[in-house]
Amino acid sequence: MTFRTFLRHLREGTKNVFRNGWMSVASITSIIVSLFILGVFVLLVLNVNSFADEADSQVQISVFLNTGVDDAMRQQLETAIREMPEVSKVTFVDKAQGLKDLRQKLGKDGDDLLEGYTAETNPIPDTLKVEVIESTTVGFVAGKIEDLNKQYESKPVYKVRYGKGTVEKLFQVTRMIRNVGFVFVGGLGLMAMFLISNTIRVTILARRREIGIMKLVGATNYFIRWPFFIEGSLIGLIGSVITVGLLFAGYRGLEQSIGYDVTLNFRLVPLQNFGIPMGGLLILLGVLIGMWGSTVSIRKFLKV
Amino acid sequence: MIEMQDVWKTYPNGAHALQGISVKIDRNEFVYIVGPSGAGKSTFMKLIYREEVPTKGQISVSGFNIGKLKPRKIPYVRRNIGVIFQDFRLLPKLTAYENVAFALEVIEAPKKIIRKRVTEVLDLVGLKNKAGRLPAQLSGGEQQRVAIARAIVNNPTVIIADEPTGNLDPETSWEIMQLLDEINFRGTTIVMATHNKDIVNTMRKRVIAIEQGTIVRDQPRGEYGYDF
Repeated sequence: MTFRTFLRHLREGTKNVFRNGWMSVASITSIIVSLFILGVFVLLVLNVNSFADEADSQVQISVFLNTGVDDAMRQQLETAIREMPEVSKVTFVDKAQGLKDLRQKLGKDGDDLLEGYTAETNPIPDTLKVEVIESTTVGFVAGKIEDLNKQYESKPVYKVRYGKGTVEKLFQVTRMIRNVGFVFVGGLGLMAMFLISNTIRVTILARRREIGIMKLVGATNYFIRWPFFIEGSLIGLIGSVITVGLLFAGYRGLEQSIGYDVTLNFRLVPLQNFGIPMGGLLILLGVLIGMWGSTVSIRKFLKV
Repeated sequence: MIEMQDVWKTYPNGAHALQGISVKIDRNEFVYIVGPSGAGKSTFMKLIYREEVPTKGQISVSGFNIGKLKPRKIPYVRRNIGVIFQDFRLLPKLTAYENVAFALEVIEAPKKIIRKRVTEVLDLVGLKNKAGRLPAQLSGGEQQRVAIARAIVNNPTVIIADEPTGNLDPETSWEIMQLLDEINFRGTTIVMATHNKDIVNTMRKRVIAIEQGTIVRDQPRGEYGYDF
C-alpha cells in the first residue's frame, strides 16, 4: 500500500464517522460508558491497594506518652517493652520529630492546618513506636503494654493504639471490588463492541452496492476494508480520549477536595504516578475494541 | 483469449443455467451473445469475470484459469477485464472523473498517471467537459460513457458488456455502439450480450446464440435471428 492510498483510506474512514452521525455518537458513547466504568474500578483498586499496603506497613503499636514523663521513666519503659519476646523493635519519636513527620506527611495541605504550632505549643505527644515480629500478635502485645503501664504509679502511658484487622478487611474489599469490576467491565466492553460492529454494519449495508462496484473494477478486500477499519479505530480513539479526559479531570478534582485525610491517614495516589500508563492503556483498549468491531462486521460482506 | 471447455453451471436452487458450453473467443474479436431471457447469457458473462464459478468445466481468460482461481486473486483478474452493465453501476457520490479514476486508484497508480489517463479516456468517450459532474447530473447515455471510460481506463484485454444499450434510446444506443466499435478497433476484445435486433443486424459481428444453456448457433457476421 502506498502512502497516498493510506491517506485515501484515512480520509474515507474519517468521512464515514461523520456520515453515520448518530450511529457514531452511539458507538462513541458506549465506549465512553464502558471504559469510564473500567477506569473508575481501576482507580478504586489502585487506591485501596495502596491504602492496604500503607496499612500493612503500619502494623505497629503507637504508645503515646503522657506529657511530663521524664527521660529516665521513658527509658525504663522502653527497655521493658523491648524485653518482650514478641517485640522486634522499639523506636522513640519525640514530640518535635513527631510534628515534623506529620508536617511532611500532610505536605502543602498541612501548612494551614499546622500553622502556629511551635515547639512550645506542639500538640503531638512523645511516642514509642513498637514493631512486632508477627503482625498477628499486635493485639496481645498492646495488652501487655497496657498491663505494664498499670505497674507504674505515675501511669506514664497516655494511650496504646494499633490497627489490627484493618488490613484483612481491606484486602477483602479490594478483592470484591476487583471481581465486581471484572464482570461489569466485561459486560460493558462486549456491549461497546456490539454497538460498534452494528454501526459499521449499517454503513456497510448502505454501501453494499458500492462495495460490489469496487470489487468489479478490481479492488482488493484490503482496499475495501481499510476505510472501515479506520472508521472503527477512530470511533474507539475518540471515545477513549474523551473517557481519559473525563476520568482524569474527575480524579484531579477528587484529589484536590480530599487532600490528606488525617484521621484515616489516607491520601489518593497522585495522578502523575500512574496517569500516562493508565491513559495509554485505556486508549489502546478503546482503539482495539473499535478495530474488533469493524473487522467482525465487514468479514461476511467481503465474500464473493 | 477466452476459452470455455464443457462448462456447466447449476445454481444452488437447481436451475441449470449452462449445460456443456464450449467456445473460443480470440483476441480482438467482437462477439454478440444473443438468446431469449433466461437462456444463460448473463451466467455466461458472469463466469468470464468470475462473479460465478462453473460447476464443471474449464474457463480461461487471458491466461488465467478462472474456475480454479483463489478468491484472493480475483481482483487482479478483474483488472484485466472491463465490465459494462445495463444499469451503469457508477459510484453515486463520485464525479465522472472520480469514477473513472477509481479504477486506477484501486491499482495504486501514481497520481500523475491517473490524471493523464483519465483525461485521455474521458476525451475518447466525449465527456471531457463534463468530468466534474455527478452521475445524477448526467443523461443515461452520458452515464454509460462514463462506465465505458472506467472499463477501458486500465487497458483491459477484454470488455464484458451485459446489455449496455438496454436502458438507452435508439440514437444514444448507436453512439455507444460506435464507441465500443472504436475500442474494439484499438485492440480490445468485446463480448456483448444484447437484445437489440437492429444493432446486431446492422453492425455485423460474430453472433453466439444461447438457448436453454447451450450454444445453438455460432456464426461470423451473423444475424440476430429472433423476432423480439
